[in-house]
Amino acid sequence: MKPAPFAYKKVRALDEAIALMGENLDARLLAGGQSLMATLNMRLSAPNLLIDINGIGGLDGIARNGDTIEIGALTRHVQAERSDTIARYAPLIARAMPFIGHAAIRNRGTLGGSIAFADPAAELPACLLALDGEVTAQGPKGKRSIRTSDYFKGLYETALGPQEILTAIRLPAADGNTRTGFAELARRHGDYAIVGLAASARADGKGLKDVRLAYFGVGNTPLRATKSEAALAGGDVDAAVAALDLDPHDDIQASAAVKKHLAGVLLRRVAAQLMERQP
Amino acid sequence: MSMDMDITLTVNGEAVSERVEARKTLVDFVREDLGLTGSHVGCEHGVCGACTMRVDGVIVRGCLMLAVQCDGAVVETIEGLSDSGEVADLQAAFEQRNALQCGYCTPGMLTAAQELLQQAQANNAVPSREEIREHISGNYCRCTGYHAIVDAVESVAQERSKARAGAQS
Amino acid sequence: MKITPDSPPVLSALDRPNSYIGRAVPRPNLHRLTQGRGQYVSDVTLPRMTHVAFLRSPHAHARIVSIATEAAKKAPGVVAVVTGAELAKVMTPWVGVLTHLKGIKSAPQYPIAVDRACWQGEAVCAVVAKTRAQAEDACELIDIVYEELPAVTDPETALDAATPVIHESLGDNICFERKLDVGEVDKAFAASDAVVEATFVCGRHTGVTTEPRAIIADWNEGEQRLTVYQGTQAPHMMQNLFAKHLDLSESQVRVLTKDVGGSFGIKVHTYADEMATVALARLLKRPVKFVADRIESFVTDIHARDHRIKGKIGVTKDGVITAFEIDDLTGIGPYSVYPRTSGIEANQVVNLTGGPYNCPNYRAQTRVVFQNKNVMCQYRAVGHPIAVAVTEGLVELAAAKIGMDPLEIRRRNLFPDDGYPAQTASGLKLEQLSHHEALAHLDTMINYAGLRAEQKALREKHIYRGIGFASFIEVTNPSAAFYGVGGARITSQDGATVKLDAQGLLTIHSGVTEQGQGTEAVLAQCVASSFGISMDRVRVVTGDTDNTPYGGGTWASRAAGIGGEAAWQAGKALRGNVLAVAGAMLQARPEDLDIRDGVVVDKATGAERLGLDELARVAYFRPDTLPPGFQAELMATRHYVPRGWPFAFTNGIQASYLEVDTDTGFVKLLRHWCVEDCGTIINPQLVDEQIRGGVVQGIGAALFEQCLYDERGQMLNGNMADYLVPMAVEMPDIDCGHVVSPTADSELGAKGAGEAGTAGAPACIMNAINDALRPLGAAPLTDMPFTPGKILAALGKI
Repeated sequence: MKPAPFAYKKVRALDEAIALMGENLDARLLAGGQSLMATLNMRLSAPNLLIDINGIGGLDGIARNGDTIEIGALTRHVQAERSDTIARYAPLIARAMPFIGHAAIRNRGTLGGSIAFADPAAELPACLLALDGEVTAQGPKGKRSIRTSDYFKGLYETALGPQEILTAIRLPAADGNTRTGFAELARRHGDYAIVGLAASARADGKGLKDVRLAYFGVGNTPLRATKSEAALAGGDVDAAVAALDLDPHDDIQASAAVKKHLAGVLLRRVAAQLMERQP
Repeated sequence: MSMDMDITLTVNGEAVSERVEARKTLVDFVREDLGLTGSHVGCEHGVCGACTMRVDGVIVRGCLMLAVQCDGAVVETIEGLSDSGEVADLQAAFEQRNALQCGYCTPGMLTAAQELLQQAQANNAVPSREEIREHISGNYCRCTGYHAIVDAVESVAQERSKARAGAQS
Repeated sequence: MKITPDSPPVLSALDRPNSYIGRAVPRPNLHRLTQGRGQYVSDVTLPRMTHVAFLRSPHAHARIVSIATEAAKKAPGVVAVVTGAELAKVMTPWVGVLTHLKGIKSAPQYPIAVDRACWQGEAVCAVVAKTRAQAEDACELIDIVYEELPAVTDPETALDAATPVIHESLGDNICFERKLDVGEVDKAFAASDAVVEATFVCGRHTGVTTEPRAIIADWNEGEQRLTVYQGTQAPHMMQNLFAKHLDLSESQVRVLTKDVGGSFGIKVHTYADEMATVALARLLKRPVKFVADRIESFVTDIHARDHRIKGKIGVTKDGVITAFEIDDLTGIGPYSVYPRTSGIEANQVVNLTGGPYNCPNYRAQTRVVFQNKNVMCQYRAVGHPIAVAVTEGLVELAAAKIGMDPLEIRRRNLFPDDGYPAQTASGLKLEQLSHHEALAHLDTMINYAGLRAEQKALREKHIYRGIGFASFIEVTNPSAAFYGVGGARITSQDGATVKLDAQGLLTIHSGVTEQGQGTEAVLAQCVASSFGISMDRVRVVTGDTDNTPYGGGTWASRAAGIGGEAAWQAGKALRGNVLAVAGAMLQARPEDLDIRDGVVVDKATGAERLGLDELARVAYFRPDTLPPGFQAELMATRHYVPRGWPFAFTNGIQASYLEVDTDTGFVKLLRHWCVEDCGTIINPQLVDEQIRGGVVQGIGAALFEQCLYDERGQMLNGNMADYLVPMAVEMPDIDCGHVVSPTADSELGAKGAGEAGTAGAPACIMNAINDALRPLGAAPLTDMPFTPGKILAALGKI
């Protein structure tokens, strides 16, 4: 089980990577490599060129600019896990982080890589959707921002163009009224979840408003449960569960019926987190 | 573009310059090109942890990195950690408690456990059994059932904590 | 934290000065392994070594119409591209049958499929190249035309007239069947106050050794000799098979087994791709290495346990078990695996069901059928987890039906501790077991009454915890009754040779092997104790057919009980030889001398008389100073085979305490206990670790592991992300306790301990889950693994 042959180029600048992608349509970008390398080893993917972007300066880092948190694409999971800025201003990311893989994976895996790969069972894409974040991308035509609602297109498919590189994600910075919730059910710690739920809301007196529920592991992309959001904002958890209209497929770990049931259980658990007063 | 590349890196404190195929994983490189067979190949898709080693001070899966990515890096394998004595107490605890049977997962397990113990050291904390279990959950052992491994890591955590307290007083 | 205390020596014969028997001494080979200085086959390289990769069938059943290899042959680094037809000229096929499994049949199997692939993953072509990567590159250039054939996948319909027959020459898809009817089963059921029936399903699973299968074969044309480095449990068995199918004498074949990254029964079989590797080395006259990658391991390492059993138990209102009845069905892939056959597991299910209980009425049927999936064969605790799940599942269901405590029903039916020798309804002969003492020990160890009180209190808070038990018997120390009588050249005896070197240190050569169980420690302990020397002065050599006595290797928990006894006897024999030399040198009577802590002493006073280094110096370099006619014999060999009993049965009981999240169907394991009786305990730490590791393998079966196939015979989860092996955080702490009933068949009295954990854990977890859910009216769960979905379904939530 060895990868098919490929060439390798470590680039130092985004422009260099973008140009190389233009010249090599079979090229793949290599960031943390924690998903890509496994597919290469299994020959599920056989690019002719790997463009290693780990040497591009300025793409890692976590910064707050007023009411926005910007996380560079090459920020490793472990950096986010230990970041005070994340803990304070992006608590949903902080809640999700311990569920992602294992220590050695989090040491290498990047946040940008996870969002670009867009595994429908992964935690971070759902967090991004729940937070109504933005993806920043750079391509031959320059830089652009993509709203999360426009970003996830299909199974492992995003709005990124063939020569575009995800450079950062931007999230609204949490304040005193931000509420977040996160839960997932995986048969073993660190595995992809059977079903998971990332949620954000704003405190509204004793209730909630702007509720965003983003499920993962139940479709081709992370999915909002908009009807349940409205019910939850109305303070009715039972109605929110009843309003779930997910339509998952059977997979190896669980049937659609199990996933739907568990989605309801998670909603109750996450709703309880959202109701809690949070620091 | 060439399928082979020249790389220069430091492995277990030694300067290494080799020409490698771009597609070669780090674990295959240290095993086949450098003869450091203590890092083991278990699954080649990042699940079993048998190839766990350190790159630039943090543990990684040796099967999920390419050797060419380590140009300029500092790589440490079980052979280096052993020869430097860094994990001698952990190795002794594993031996004392029979926390290994076939031994194939052990280099990766020791390397992973050492990172937890270093973090505990930095935070002046002693990890609980639960925390130990969680941290080594990326490392598959089919033989022991993990109990003895947890015992061994826990005992070293406690001993190192005592040593810290002793050094401070 | 609990560190295993040393057990007191049990037999006076073993209680020699400085005895290591019963002591938790660390294994001498561990330091090498913790330093990463082990030498596994996957680590070995030889001059001119090549690597083989196999192109494998993507279909479960297909005719091979044509194979075009021209492009592959021209690929960089390629040494040879070899088809099944070409390799069939080098190596003869094999058929996995044994004469004592009456009626068992199978078809000839070739190293590489010749004209038909019978399961997804069967090798259909080999590429030998300078590197594994190049061999894989060239595999992509081979063009095979297949004609897909209908795949037989469901054992339930494998015997239907409408189902195609996989091997026409066999006439049907039945591999083996057995029926047993003992006592008066129908009468017993009729006289019962309650009869409980349930269908149990054990999921197909596999071993997932951390080091995959690995082999290097090297044919030396000059010597006309084959050297094979193989991660195997049975080097001498493989030596015989390589010789037989290459038409060589056994003396032309040397099998070397160094460190092995886990076995568990996976590495005790004949694998077509390993046989092909050996044949390729012969063909190419140079070393060929094959290391199975993880993906091919999942579709070629033997699978096991795929059984559906309809079970029935009768019980009186006083809790007396009146009868057991089972109907077992298993699908074992397209071939019975060579040479141990794929009939043994089903045979064991019939033998072992009801095994702990004194119940004379038993009826059983098993059918073993062919199918187009990967082969199944013997994996750790062969048949036990299935038989124990059925037996213990039925016993606890019966207890619940009559409202009796699950420990109480066992007390009323387990063979009495003072009633041995005894015989089970299936005919197994039991020398001496200790079910009741083990149960009493467990009752105390887990604070059963306290646990029940806690369980009750928590139920009122809607927290559902369960306590489950499993009593079991375990086959260890097999005699020739296991394989030898069926015509297989798998030896049940084992040998040990001990020699005193010129510096007075010992080396032992043994026919049993080390895969992590601690065999080498046990051998060193036995020799050091019986000879009288410290363990650090004993070097152990195993795993080399050129340099060890002929032996069976390590499987069926035989290494300690059989290999250990041979070592003990060899050490004793050498002590006699050495004392003869000492007597000659000291002009003393040998029987007045002893060896203690590596020194010849006066037996009565313990006074030191002569160092072994001095004795060896004289014996080897100045034999001229010894009396005329006296010849020192400083090497002794002894063999041992169990003769008194076909198997040394052990027994024990496990308990599980767990919590079921009734919203999610997730199970959290809180604690696990095992009390077992493996006779004399040579090294309590090694026994405990065998139990713990075995328990976790059993937990894997109960909660996580299953090889999933679709109806076309495609494995759906053949990777480590989707096939769920147990990892640390989901596993509980496991406490072990012991009762000691030595076997009188050997001087040591040791039985095996390798299967006990795996044998009992699945049943134990199943019973605990059902105990947790019983107050909620859930239907009993009997279909392993117990996934969240199955638990939610039992609770009526989906």
